[in-house]
Parts: sequence; C-alpha cells; structure tokens
Amino acid sequence: MQSPEPTTAADVEFVTFFTGGQSFSIDITQVREIRRWSAVTPLPHAPAEVLGVMNLRGSVIPIFDLAARFGLARTPHNSRNVVVIAAHESQTVGLLVESVSEILSVSRDRIQETPDLRSDNSRQSITGVIMVEDGMTRVIDLGAVIQLGNRTVQ
Amino acid sequence: MSAQNSIRDMFFEESEELLEALSEGLSQMAAGDHGDETVNAVFRAVHSIKGGAGAFKLGALVAFAHRFETVLDDVRGHKIVLDAEAIRTLQRSADHLADLVEAARTGADGAAGGTAAFLSALDACLGGGKAGVDTVEDDGGNFGFAAVKLDFDLGTEDGANGQEYLIAFRPLQGLYANGHDPALLIATLADLGTLTVELDLSQLPDLAGFDPGKSYLGWSIRLVTEQSETAIAEVFEFAEGLCHLEIRRAATEVPFQPDQSDAIPGRQKAPVAGANQIPERRSVVRAQQPARSPLSTPDDAADGGQTPGDSKSPKPTLRVDLDRVDRLINTVGELIINQSIIAQRVQDLRLATDADVVTHVEDYRLLARDIQEAVMAIRAQPVKPLFQRMSRIVREAADSTGKSARLVTHGEGAEVDKTVVERLADPLTHMIRNAVDHGLELPADRIAAGKDPTGTIHLSAAHRSGSVIITLRDDGAGLNRTKMLEIARRKNLISEDADPSDAEIDALLFLPGFSTAATISSLSGRGVGLDVVRNAVAALGGRVSIASTPGQGTEFTISLPLTLAVLDGMVVSVAGQVMVIPISAILETIRPGPNETHMVGTADMLLSIRGTFIPMVDVARALGFARPPGHPEPQTLLLVETENQGQCALIVDRVFDQRQVVIKALDTNYGAVPGVSAATVLGDGQIALILDPDAIANNRVLPLPGHRGGAKLNEGKSLAVA
Repeated sequence: MQSPEPTTAADVEFVTFFTGGQSFSIDITQVREIRRWSAVTPLPHAPAEVLGVMNLRGSVIPIFDLAARFGLARTPHNSRNVVVIAAHESQTVGLLVESVSEILSVSRDRIQETPDLRSDNSRQSITGVIMVEDGMTRVIDLGAVIQLGNRTVQ
Repeated sequence: MSAQNSIRDMFFEESEELLEALSEGLSQMAAGDHGDETVNAVFRAVHSIKGGAGAFKLGALVAFAHRFETVLDDVRGHKIVLDAEAIRTLQRSADHLADLVEAARTGADGAAGGTAAFLSALDACLGGGKAGVDTVEDDGGNFGFAAVKLDFDLGTEDGANGQEYLIAFRPLQGLYANGHDPALLIATLADLGTLTVELDLSQLPDLAGFDPGKSYLGWSIRLVTEQSETAIAEVFEFAEGLCHLEIRRAATEVPFQPDQSDAIPGRQKAPVAGANQIPERRSVVRAQQPARSPLSTPDDAADGGQTPGDSKSPKPTLRVDLDRVDRLINTVGELIINQSIIAQRVQDLRLATDADVVTHVEDYRLLARDIQEAVMAIRAQPVKPLFQRMSRIVREAADSTGKSARLVTHGEGAEVDKTVVERLADPLTHMIRNAVDHGLELPADRIAAGKDPTGTIHLSAAHRSGSVIITLRDDGAGLNRTKMLEIARRKNLISEDADPSDAEIDALLFLPGFSTAATISSLSGRGVGLDVVRNAVAALGGRVSIASTPGQGTEFTISLPLTLAVLDGMVVSVAGQVMVIPISAILETIRPGPNETHMVGTADMLLSIRGTFIPMVDVARALGFARPPGHPEPQTLLLVETENQGQCALIVDRVFDQRQVVIKALDTNYGAVPGVSAATVLGDGQIALILDPDAIANNRVLPLPGHRGGAKLNEGKSLAVA
C-alpha cells in the first residue's frame, strides 16, 4: 500500500524510530500502540527478519526485526527495545526497533521521492525520504515490509 | 438501499429454511406419509417462497413456484395420485426451485435454464390427475398480490363441495401504514371462490371525531369456496397482526354478526361478541406482534379442525448475526486464557490447597468452562440440513449413472460447529457421488447378486466422546482389492513386491492420483480422488477411515471435532520451545529403551516396536530449530498415525501434560507456516505453536511419484469436487 493520496497539502504525521543506526518513519494512522519488548515464540522456517509471534491481548501477531528486514544486522537484544504495533489492512504486526524518536509533522511536499536505490528490498519498501534537522528519515511502506516477509515463507 | 438489501437477505435466509422444510416434507411423502399436515407444510413452503419472491420481483422464481404450487394444491386436494413418479417429479421440482432461489440470490439469471423441462414434467403431473381444470395461465411472473383473474369459477364448479365462510376483516392503522390495500386482499379472496362483500361503517365516527390517520372501516365477507380455511388465512398472511380477522365456517345458518370489537389496538383483548356461541369458529385475531418478516408461516394457520396441542410448535429461536457470536467466542477464548494465567500464578504461590484464593480460582475455572461450553453450543448446528442436501445428490447421481439409489439418514439431530457443517458439504457430496458411481452396482447386477435393485446409502451422524462420527455406508459390491492393487502398482503408488494387507489396500483410495474408475464418468473419476476428501476432513481436524466387505458394501467413517475453537492437546517441549500436538493424532507416548532405536546411515532413525520398524522424526530438526548447546538428548517419542505414511514416531524433548487449548489462527496476521496448524496462548501468556504431525512426518519423506510432496502442506485444503 502506498501512503494515502494527498487530499490537501496539509500536514501528515509520522512516527519516527531508530534502528540499526538509521531513522525510519511510518504513517501515524497505521500505528496502533507502542509496547515494551517481550519474549516471542519463534516460527519454524521463518525468514531472518521474522522474530516470531507474540500474544497481543489474545491475538497472535508476528514481530518483524525492522533492521534485519532492511539487510542491517539483527537488532541486538536490549531491554530498552520497543515494538511498534501497526496495522496494514486486516493484518496487525509488530516492528521491533531500538527506540521511538518522535512524532514528525510535515507537509506532504517535504516528502521526497526515494532516489534510485540498488537494493530491491529497500526500493520496494521505502516510499520516500524526509529531510529532518539531523539528517533524514525513511518512510516505510508497511504493506511491502510484511508482504516480503510472507513471500519467503510461502 | 441497504434496508431493501437486508430484507432481501432475510428473504433468502428464510427461503433456505423453507426449502429445507420443503425437502423434509417431500421425503416424508416419499416415505409414504401423505397426511394433510405434511402436504400442507410442503404447500406452504412453496407458497411462501413464491410470495417473498413476488415482493422482490423475481419473475422466473415466481413463475415456477406458482406452477409448482398449483400442482401441490392438487396434491392437497387429492386430485393427483401420489405414485413414485409423481413424488420424483415433485422432488426434482423442489431441487429446481432451490436452484432458482440460488440463481436469484447470486443474480445469475442464466442458471434458470431447464425450467421448461420441469414445467412440462409438472404439467404432465397435472394432466394425469385432473384434466385441464386447473391449468393456470402463465401470468408472466407477475403473480404476487395483484388480483389474478381466472377464467372459471371454482366456487360454482362443484357446488356440493363449496363451503361457505364468513370472514370479518377489520384493518388496523398499521395495515395501511405498511402499504397494504384491503381492496387487493379482497380481490385475492375473490380468486378463491364467489364473494359477497359488505362494508361495515359502524365504527365510523361523525365528522367532528374523525381522524384521517385512523382506520375505521371493516368488511364482512361471505365466501363460497372449495379451498380450505388455511388457504383463506394465507391471503391475509402478510396482514398478520395488522388487522382483526375472523374466519369461520358457516356450518349452519347462524346469523352473521359483523365484528363489533373496537379498532383501537389497546382494546382488542376484549372478548369478541358472540365468539363462544359458534362451535366451529376459529379466531385468527392475532396479537399486536409485528410479523417477523414477510415470510413467516405461522403454524397456527394450519388446517382447521386441529387442536392447538396437535401441531408441534417450533422451539423459539433467535436469529443472531454470526459476527456477534464469533466476537463472543473470541472473548470467551480470552477469558479461558486469562483464567489459566491466573491459575498458573496462584499455583506458583504454592499456597495451601484449602486456601481461599485456591478454591475461588477453581470455581473460576469451572465457571469459565461452563461459559465456554454454552457459547460453543451457540455455534453448534444440527447436521440435518446438510444430510437433506445429500438426498438430492443421491438422486442426481443415480439418474446420471442409470442406477437406482435411496438415501437413508440417521442421527440428523447431532450437532456440530457451523463451520464444520459448512466445510463438510463438499467432501460429503464427493463421497456420496463416489458411493453411487463406484459403490453401487447397476440394477441388473444387483438383481443377479440377489439384492434389492435399488441400492441403499446410509448416512448417519453420532456423538462419541468429544467428536462427531459421520458414517457413510453403501450396500454395493465393496472394493475390488485385486483391481486396486493392480492400479496402484501400475501407477507406481506402491512398490512391485509389496504385499499390503486389506486395510492398507483400502487406504490406497486416499492416495492422490488414485482412481479406480475405468472410464471417466461425469460424476467422478476426473482424477480428483478421495485424497481431496481426506485433506478437507484433515483441515477440519478430523480423519477418514474406510472399511469394505466384498459383496456387501463399503463404509467410510469421518471423525470430526465438535468445535474448531478448542482442541485437546499434548503440551510438549521441542528445542526449548513449548508446543502443542493434537491428542487426536497421538497413539501413544514411548520412552524407548537403549536397544529400540536404530540409526540408518547418519541421519535416519528407526524405532523397533512390537516387531516392526517405524521411522522416527526429530521435530526440532523438521522445524529447523537448533537445540541450545548442552541441551539433553530428547528422551520421549510420540507415536502418531499419519495420513500418508502410516505410523511415525515424533521425537520431542519432554511431555508436560494434556490440556484443552484455544486455537488461534496464525494466518490472520501472518501466513501459513509449514508444520504448524495454528497457535495457542499458554497460561503464562506466551504463544505456543500447535503442530501438524502429519506435515512434520511428511517433511522427511521423499515425495511419492505423482505426489505433490510434503513441504507444501497447505495445498489441497480447498476442495475441488469432480
């Protein structure tokens, strides 16, 4: 899913987080909650970025290691890690990140198209980049992130 | 728009029930019950479908239902002799009516093909019974509530049978509010016979007290007709609760008193003047309950002369949106998990067993189980509608194979989870077709074998310790094991020199790509074998088995869980992970002695048990989990029966206990995982995977030729029926 079509040039809000030394952001409307890391149940034959499944009030939700998903080193174990619970269509998933930084409110025209990237993974899963004070943040396409994860399973 | 749609949905829902009633009534008639009550029930079902269809302008459906109804009406009037042929025509017409309803529901009007053939069959029925009297013109599907003029007068046709009825009809306000027109109702009555109508103005106030929104008019109607009182009551069916209505037979010349009761709803409980003086009077005044829907067919509209106690009134039921039930079931699932978490915590406290909190927690556990059982029962449905559908399949299969067959069902009252009932329809259809096509012999062969030329297929359901057992038995020739073995060898499904037992040969039927039919018939033998049936049943957590006696027939047994929401599982640990294996798959737990396991090469292991060797599968390895370093070698084997590979021993680290677990789907938020059928939440809040022993056992086995192989476990879960 692409990020929603601009209806106006009004502000869009992103939750930005930090993992694997990089800053990523996700449309705030997709974020359900942010939880502390708790142990997951690993799944057999799962790709490296799928850490396992977690119990979220009775629902079984898969947890993706976002850094591993983008080919970075797996997020090291740390009790300060957090899980961003996000929804894409009818699916609810968790993204393991090192820390959540801020809520970023930008106007749509500040989202730049992703320059040509060489890695397939990154090209398909990053819809744009936003310039911020101390660098840039990558806007991720949640649908692509979790779909690729599934594809390697099936 | 959406209101219209929801009424439409309701119509189709009710049609489903009516079609069921129709099919049930017809099978009773086929069994020799030609009682008025049965025939009436059948007639009413068709009539109500016609009425509802008319309201939605479903022309094709109305036209056919109308003709069908005409024939049934003659059956009711004993004008048609109900021989086997007539019953068959009626049953096929009912099947076609079901098709038309389905076509109307999906909007696929093309499916209405073949109507003409059914119509002429029905007409043949009519013609045989009573020459042309009841020939009804094709009214182009506009039959509904408009007055249909008939060319002849039923009332005068046979004056001796004409019964005079006195009808007092006084609409309430609601009748007009709902858009009914008394004139149309009276016009419809006129179709039943000769009519004399008197307007009753007695309730009309003077102009000062006149409220134009109120209903003041009433009619006294004198009707001479051959039709029953029920037929008259049916005219007012849709005005039920919206009018004061009295229908009585003018048995003697009782002076007819127009109903004097008040038109104001609040006062209608007052006894109607003169009500008790006329013995045959039947009051059809109904309370202010709005009709449930346009299609309700009240039982009390049954034929006159029935005491109320005679007619069995259906248990009151409540129609609930399935989503709400499922939400409730989910929440109860949470409750159960929450209960086990609390119980675990309390246990960890190591309190005295008589401590207050321990007893309360135990009470909580019992209450939670009670709630769970009650909630599961909401989803449970009798298998009856499913079984009824199968009689049609038998009929059609018998027709197209030139065989003669009947279906006998038992235990239709057995209840199973709604999803199980739904998902069982396809495999059962396939099996029934197989039974007729491959199981039963041709009538000539049956006679030669000294059997009844009509084959019998028994379909039964029964509850047995937490599962439901569905048995399908035919009295055909039984399996031809020599031929099956030959085919299996030719198709390379078993090795040349294997010498399988009878049971093993029978089980060959379930192998993919196995089909014994020499020619491909229109019914089965398109290469889709019983393996799809087995997969479908396995997907429901059940299993199929087969038994056959040459010359006497074949019996399939399907064992299914009562519910898909919970499962009895064995809690084990594998490579440090807690997992659940369905109890239904486990034959026994084994702690092998030092000389009972044998390595073959470097990777494969065999277990020697009771003189045979069976393969051992390391679950951890099959799932790709590495044992943590220093982890003790696994000690425990679980002997499981697999669908394709016979018995197999699964190696696990430890067995904890057995418990009921709540099944949580993995594919809602993720996807299918090889070797795992679902997940559950344990007492500590952690998720445990529920393993699919079959898949795990198959993972290690090289795919058989023509077999799509073990790794893609979830193929074939959707069922294609040949």
